[in-house]
Amino acid sequence: MTDVKSILMVGVGGQGTILAGKILSMGLMAAGYDVKMSEVHGMAQRGGSVSNQVRFGKKVYSPIIGKGQADILVAFEMMEAMRWLEYLKPGGKIVVNDFRIPSGPILIGACDYPEQVIESLKAKADTTVIQASEIAKQIGNARTMNLVLFGALVKGMNLTHIDFAAEIAANVKPETLKLNLEAFRAGIASLKQ
Amino acid sequence: MKKLLTGNEAIAQGAWEAGVMYACAYPGTPSTEILENIAEYKGDIIAEWAPNEKVALETAAGASVFGARSLAAMKMVGVNVAADPLFSFAYAGVNGGMVLVSADDPGCHSSQDEQDNRYYAKFAKIAMVEPSDSQEAKDMVKAALEISEQFDTPVLMRITTRICHSKSLVEIGSRQEVGKRPYVRNVNKYDLVPATARKRRVEVEKRIEQLTVFSETTELNYIEWNDKKVGVVASGVGYQYAQEVFGADASYLKLGFTYPLPIKKIREFASQVGTLYVVEELEPFIEEQLQAVGIACIGKAKVPGIGELTPDILAKALKGETIPCVEADMSQVVARPPLLCAGCPHRGFFYELSKIKNLMITGDIGCYSLGGNEPLNAKDTCICMGASVSMGHGVQKISDRTGDATKVVAVIGDSTFFHSGMTSLLHVAYNRSNTVTVIMDNRITGMTGHQENPGTGFTLQGMPTQIADIPAIVKALGIDAIRVINPLDLKESREALAWALSLDEPSVIITRWPCVLKKHSDADKQEFGNYIGTCQVDSAKCIGCKICIKTGCPALRFDKATKKVSIDATQCVGCKVCLQVCPVKAISKVGE
Repeated sequence: MTDVKSILMVGVGGQGTILAGKILSMGLMAAGYDVKMSEVHGMAQRGGSVSNQVRFGKKVYSPIIGKGQADILVAFEMMEAMRWLEYLKPGGKIVVNDFRIPSGPILIGACDYPEQVIESLKAKADTTVIQASEIAKQIGNARTMNLVLFGALVKGMNLTHIDFAAEIAANVKPETLKLNLEAFRAGIASLKQ
Repeated sequence: MKKLLTGNEAIAQGAWEAGVMYACAYPGTPSTEILENIAEYKGDIIAEWAPNEKVALETAAGASVFGARSLAAMKMVGVNVAADPLFSFAYAGVNGGMVLVSADDPGCHSSQDEQDNRYYAKFAKIAMVEPSDSQEAKDMVKAALEISEQFDTPVLMRITTRICHSKSLVEIGSRQEVGKRPYVRNVNKYDLVPATARKRRVEVEKRIEQLTVFSETTELNYIEWNDKKVGVVASGVGYQYAQEVFGADASYLKLGFTYPLPIKKIREFASQVGTLYVVEELEPFIEEQLQAVGIACIGKAKVPGIGELTPDILAKALKGETIPCVEADMSQVVARPPLLCAGCPHRGFFYELSKIKNLMITGDIGCYSLGGNEPLNAKDTCICMGASVSMGHGVQKISDRTGDATKVVAVIGDSTFFHSGMTSLLHVAYNRSNTVTVIMDNRITGMTGHQENPGTGFTLQGMPTQIADIPAIVKALGIDAIRVINPLDLKESREALAWALSLDEPSVIITRWPCVLKKHSDADKQEFGNYIGTCQVDSAKCIGCKICIKTGCPALRFDKATKKVSIDATQCVGCKVCLQVCPVKAISKVGE
């Protein structure tokens, strides 16, 4: 099973992890890989923690990623990177969005948002911080943040040879395609190799 | 052509390809998308939302008896509701093939229990299939319908969250029109009066014998020979995890047809391998049956029965291997529980409810169960669909009999009221408890992702339809004290609660406002208008009292350093609940 790669995208309900996972899986399928993708619905839609797990290779069995098995952890929100850190394989990469969404206990002042998240992630693994929200705003729509992070993920996993532009076109509204493609390319450029 | 489909999408595709003519369900995670996807095949399949799972199963049974291939889908607790028709329909048998899809939820991702519905197949003495990925989910719908017709049995298809919501590659086919079989009256089969039931009881046992023979030979149960030191008997997603853990270091008996079990085949497999493991999520359903016939195996002695399995849990259980992972310091990570959305119409009412003393609040299944979370804390109980009203009645009766001051408010949503709250309310009206029932009518089935219901004016396949009139239903059930209010208006909510709690008779408050995420119908737009503008805090006026924070709105944030509250304009829809609770009028609405 050594050829199977595992990608873990985490964030908060409504951030667009599921769309990113869909585009990723469809691109991988078109490139000839066996692909499995898993997500949890239900309560997660009400601002809960969400994960989207994609595994690909010659033959994939498990649709979910166990602890210590993700080759890359892409966190759309900083604290979520910490929450899912144990799922990262030793030597795996982290791509983290420099973006905070305080959860309920933080909003009501019962808890504090963790400090020095980036520093603690960097101490554990090869971590790249992406200003995805800023990049998306510069492009012209803050909601394309997910495509920026998706671009960084594609670069991080060395998947730039796959034609994801076609999958993006198939999955976003035509009027937002140009912006989404720009966001995707900016994401690729944001990750140094 | 191949497509990436979730298990739920694949079941819909399978139903269409296999010539299903009728499908029915009540939405429930993780099963909901099965019917949503079947509904797309408008010309070929009649797809409907039922008010509850019992109705869904009965309608599918009717379609089957009249000769059509049919399917009913529900989450696992829904099968409890549908168990009554299931057990007797199992005696009657089918005409057109009939499949009941039960979506179990190991790990309680979105459920109140972790029941293993495979036992229903054994209990009702019907055939069962268990797919382990989306391709199998599609293929097994067809196989199940054929088994159903060949052996005259409803077939249980048992899936789990990871099958429902995981995508994998599926080969897409075309529809096979099987048409409708003729219906011929046969009271000795379909009319289960005791005399018929006693005869059918014998047939049910014969059927299990025939299905056992089938189980031994069907391709749904197959062996993959590799190294024979370890043998694994597995079904469902557990098979995938076993492959992940052992790969070619073990041989597999993969079970797709899991009731009745192919005991001979398993015994033969067991005789050729060293250690035999049974890998199954939740209960030892397969293991118990192997132990009973003396096949030595290891299952729940090592594999956890609580919670869902993962490859790493299984590796640790069976190989003693701890997969190395990056160590995380979780001490700083704050929980992220689901919340009522910004602008949720339930919030204001719960805020007022939470302030009342000597109250027991019986809750129900839906978004409003989140009203029990911090900071609203407005809930005592929640056990199942419809129980808020009937449990509340039981509490109130004992409270009154024992001279306790406790009053009961039962909180139930519109869809849940239609599901099984109506019969509970009839009990309240009939047996006269002075409980307050609150029907939180947000004009949609919210928690499962906005499904139409009898109150919304549309069917699953988009046809405009009769709108169930909740106040008229409540009145007809025998409740005279009824108020319909706007729950975003806190004064109105407060007054309605005070009025209802002062009565010496059962009462109903209907909070009528659409879910903030609902796509408004024309009727909604006319009645409720649009959200315009947002609320904002004048920080010079804000005294940091945090009363607005007690409404639990995710758009509000208290800054510990400045001791001021701010509102996230991207989330705020301007519902004005926070504005109404602010004691110093620091919050105003802008952009109207």
